[in-house]
Amino acid sequence: MKKNKVEGKNNTHKVLVYAISTCAWCKMTKKYLKDNDIEYEYVDVDQTSDEDHEKIREDMIRRGEEPSYPTIIVDDKTLITGFRKDKLKEALGI
Amino acid sequence: MITTEKVRQRAESDAKTYGYYLHPDPDFLQDLLEGLKKNEERYGYPSCPCRLATGKLELDRDIICPCDYRDPDVAEYGTCYCALYMRKDLYEGKTPITPIPERRPLEKRVRAYAATTSTTSTTPERTEAKAAPAQTAQTIKKKLWYCKQCGYVVFREDPPYICPICKAKRELFATIEINATSQG
Repeated sequence: MKKNKVEGKNNTHKVLVYAISTCAWCKMTKKYLKDNDIEYEYVDVDQTSDEDHEKIREDMIRRGEEPSYPTIIVDDKTLITGFRKDKLKEALGI
Repeated sequence: MITTEKVRQRAESDAKTYGYYLHPDPDFLQDLLEGLKKNEERYGYPSCPCRLATGKLELDRDIICPCDYRDPDVAEYGTCYCALYMRKDLYEGKTPITPIPERRPLEKRVRAYAATTSTTSTTPERTEAKAAPAQTAQTIKKKLWYCKQCGYVVFREDPPYICPICKAKRELFATIEINATSQG
């Protein structure tokens, strides 16, 4: 599946955002990362194929959560559900 | 063609009817209204902008805005899942607006992922959710429900969380059994 990359000067962490293109909380999350110059990748799940939907769900379940959006995965291990600034700050050292 | 302005008017009118307020941040609100417009254009109905839809009306019915979960969510948390609709105290900034937990039952959420018949194994406790791929629009069983308090009748999969007429709770809904008998 295609991941979109957003460049940023702060690239010490690997950040992946599962989002919905129409979701305002997801947009807020992307904006927050960009405003803090964090490099990240994102997938707008509603714009992927049905097969990808299933793969994305399996990826989230593997990490212990049912899908909801946005979901932010930091360094392949820390999973944050929803736009939770405090958790993002902690995980990304902002 | 649907316009964002039309979507806004519809949301404003609905908020007024129910005594709710729309998100106070104009940019956040605009994003949600455009999301609703986009969903109406691509699916034919304004499904929730913050949830993954299937594009199949029968499977997405509960998340068409205003979704089934809005009223209990606003009552419990002060906002709906998207934060499009909210209570006055949040609108006025007296209570912070934060993301809320997903109320939509798991068996409905997995419908958006059930389009493929993946056989990838998952942990045993997740097996109930994996049963979903067999679920299609055709297998959804709708029933007639009536509100024991006011008599409101609705034909759908589950009873409403709150009666839209008299505000009775879900527990006050019962199914209507129809016994057809042949005569003559």
